[in-house]
Amino acid sequence: MSQSTEKQDNSPIVLPDDTPVDLDAEFRASNIQEVLDKLDRELIGLKPVKTRIRETAALLLVDRVRKKMNLSAISPTLHMSFTGNPGTGKTTVALRMAEILHRLGYVREGHLVSVTRDDLVGQYIGHTAPKTKEVIKKAMGGVLFIDEAYYLYKPENERDYGQESIEILLQVMENNRDDLVVILAGYKDKMDRFFYSNPGMRSRIAHHIDFPDYSANELMAIAKLMLAEQNYRFSQEAEKAFAEYIPIRMTLEHFANARSIRNALDRARLRQANRLFAKGKKLTKLDLITIEAEDIRASRVFQEGKLDMDGDEMAEENHRNAKS
Amino acid sequence: MMTNPGNRLTQGQFSFLPDLTDAQITAQIKYALKNGWAVSVEYTDDPHPRNTYWEMFGNPMFDLKDPAGILMEINNCRKTFPNHYVRVTAFNSTRGVESPSMSFLVNRPKKEPGFGLSRQESEGRMIRYTVHSYATDKPENERY
Repeated sequence: MSQSTEKQDNSPIVLPDDTPVDLDAEFRASNIQEVLDKLDRELIGLKPVKTRIRETAALLLVDRVRKKMNLSAISPTLHMSFTGNPGTGKTTVALRMAEILHRLGYVREGHLVSVTRDDLVGQYIGHTAPKTKEVIKKAMGGVLFIDEAYYLYKPENERDYGQESIEILLQVMENNRDDLVVILAGYKDKMDRFFYSNPGMRSRIAHHIDFPDYSANELMAIAKLMLAEQNYRFSQEAEKAFAEYIPIRMTLEHFANARSIRNALDRARLRQANRLFAKGKKLTKLDLITIEAEDIRASRVFQEGKLDMDGDEMAEENHRNAKS
Repeated sequence: MMTNPGNRLTQGQFSFLPDLTDAQITAQIKYALKNGWAVSVEYTDDPHPRNTYWEMFGNPMFDLKDPAGILMEINNCRKTFPNHYVRVTAFNSTRGVESPSMSFLVNRPKKEPGFGLSRQESEGRMIRYTVHSYATDKPENERY
């Protein structure tokens, strides 16, 4: 790709102002519609996010056509920050973003390297720089996704190695803009504080995308999509029960949007398996794929208005019950 | 008779050609990565052909998808050792192969004095030959 641009830069041809531009053809050639459709299909809700991605894709496409016309040659800054509560689909969108950028030719390989503080920051002096550089090298030609990026900066400890990692990242984000795109993700308020104390980071990131929380209806649609992916489905009563479950769960603590829904479904599957096992008589395929209302209503959220226990605790509790 | 004008070191691939450009190096590394080989950067200032093990510049780079990271490392090495020989090696870990599949120079000193041939007379009329690099008369790091 770089060779072709060099050739264009060398040629002194200036196209007339009324040269026709076929944006549609360019759009079709890039196949982004396919990715955008997939985004629409697989991600429920997230209206503002989808709009921003569409806008970004349009901007990049127009930039590409402009480049063909010898208009501007500077590559746009593509580093992004995704902010939002847990379970709002930041990682999933980052994956799609990598694909879109790849189709538009802004990253060469289109792979996503997902890291957290542990992968970037070392444990002793002189450990951080090689570690960060190794991750950066792996991400080159693709997208580097730093989850919970605000952990990189710990203001309470001025000798924290995170700062060193940030400095290396900043340098690479500036000098290797053509080689890699950095996406920082994290909770809104913590990321705001992170950017406030690292103005260099803020100014190098052009796109700030905020992920809103899901509504109860959207969560229901997500639940159905998740079940369909695993070849399960709700019975009619179960669907009603789950529709009651969602608003109660949303008011409880540690609510993590789609992730909480996934966990709730996992527990429902566990109860379904237990129920089928206890029933013991002849089962049909329908039994295997149907989640009944009782699988949902057995949740502690209904019975005590408390959070469900995790797998280990649940096993322990069962064990205790069996003993007594 | 001058068979190798400029006394250019001829080791590894492409060494009889003019020095590779960065774009050509990138293309070669891309080929190595496509085959799943681990690429590493090494340097030395002892060009003797039997000096097989050069100093490693950082660890070999595994799991890379794109040559840009390796090129960055090559440029780092060139900056640190502008007057050393720097080579790129692609290690093939396939069972039964387990050896470098590619190796080529990406940096050489500005002035290469070349090698001298010394002859040792031994029993009878027998002659033993030794290849000796003029550069290695000086201590390490002061050779070029």
